[in-house]
Amino acid sequence: MPTTPAPTSTRFLAACGGAFLLLFLACLAVAEAPLESVMGLVQKIFYFHVPCAWLLMLSTLVCAGGSIAYLFRGSERGDRIALSAAELGVLFGMCVLVSGPLWAKAAWGVYWQWEARLTSSLLLWLMLVAYVLARRYGGTSARRLAAALALFAAVDIPLVYFSVRFFRSIHPQTTVVSTLGPGMRGAFWLSLLSFTGLWFVLMSLRLAVENAQARIVELEVLLDQAEEKKS
Amino acid sequence: MTGSFWRYTLLIAGKDLRIEGKSREVLYTMGFSAALVVLVFSFALSNATDPAQGPITAAGVLWAATLFTGTVALARVLDRERENEAIRALLLSPAPRAAIYAGKLLAVSLLMLAVEVVLVMLVGVLFSAEVFAHPGWLALVLLLGTLGFAATGVVFSAALLRSRNREALLGALLFPVVIPVLLAASRATACMFDPLAPDLEPVAFWVRFLLATDVIYILLGLWVFAPVVSGE
Repeated sequence: MPTTPAPTSTRFLAACGGAFLLLFLACLAVAEAPLESVMGLVQKIFYFHVPCAWLLMLSTLVCAGGSIAYLFRGSERGDRIALSAAELGVLFGMCVLVSGPLWAKAAWGVYWQWEARLTSSLLLWLMLVAYVLARRYGGTSARRLAAALALFAAVDIPLVYFSVRFFRSIHPQTTVVSTLGPGMRGAFWLSLLSFTGLWFVLMSLRLAVENAQARIVELEVLLDQAEEKKS
Repeated sequence: MTGSFWRYTLLIAGKDLRIEGKSREVLYTMGFSAALVVLVFSFALSNATDPAQGPITAAGVLWAATLFTGTVALARVLDRERENEAIRALLLSPAPRAAIYAGKLLAVSLLMLAVEVVLVMLVGVLFSAEVFAHPGWLALVLLLGTLGFAATGVVFSAALLRSRNREALLGALLFPVVIPVLLAASRATACMFDPLAPDLEPVAFWVRFLLATDVIYILLGLWVFAPVVSGE
């Protein structure tokens, strides 16, 4: 059975503490960051929206990596990692799809525009929702089916990232980060780092649940075998 | 090796098309549901009076009908392999898994294209669209759109062979993946149907996009089909 730090281990608790301390510092840095001259306070959604979008893509990549390991090497651990990452992708994708329209209403005057970046992000999120649905209701072949879906979802990542370059888009370009002012840049990177830390904590917790469930199934099989031998 | 790949691909596609030639089950049910989808849209949108939206509506209806009826073809062509456990025999045969995928892809695409010919004419009549303004481009977009749809659809419907609620799941899993194909195909078609469109530059752009998507989806399908069906 593969081991990940147990949710009660000192190492894990220290990592949790570190991640939450980073989050707290990021909150302070975002609060202290100067207001953007045109957008004002609404621009601060940026410090939340971009890290969530990055974690949506990271989750999809990890899900695809785990799915490859499961499909081609039969790795059970890869399958558990893929499921955990897909669920986190759904969570952070939802954060992107809620925070984005709030910013868009202030910047563009409408909550939603059918343009490349928004459409491709929505599609990526829908594919992860479909992955989770397939895992829950797909029956016997659910794991292989979902793994294939994860690989098709991974194809969407370059489309999400480069969409603002390939298509005429009103969404801010990926180069916007390098144009941030000094007070904003530090807050942004700290926010990105702390969200990534939070992702690792949530991922470890979700993976620990999956590992425990796999262990329970293993023990049930062993118990059944022992009872059969007795009788 | 390459020669035998194509030979097996053609054999499998030929087998499916011969079965269809005898029963005509998929063609008739697909053609009828496609006509119904177009009619339903036609009733629902009968009050739409903005002539500028005409080509966009016609293209949207054409591709929505293709998408819905394509799932019928996918489900049925793969479902036949479930009867009498034919899928086991197919997987045990010397045909490489990639050739099985390619054969199914070819059969589903040809069936869909046959129904799309009827669909195009129906859309032309009911939505007064200039469907034959650019026949060459239209044929290319129909071919690429259908291939992109079938390339993903064959993988998912093969994986769902053993699932009890495969009809419900197939659409739920397949549609998010094929939306880029649908989007590109309907944008290109709308431009072709529009008599006021200044040039076909957008069509060429979306055709390139479709081509790239098709290549990626077919390669991915060839790669994952074997492990996906390995448990059947």
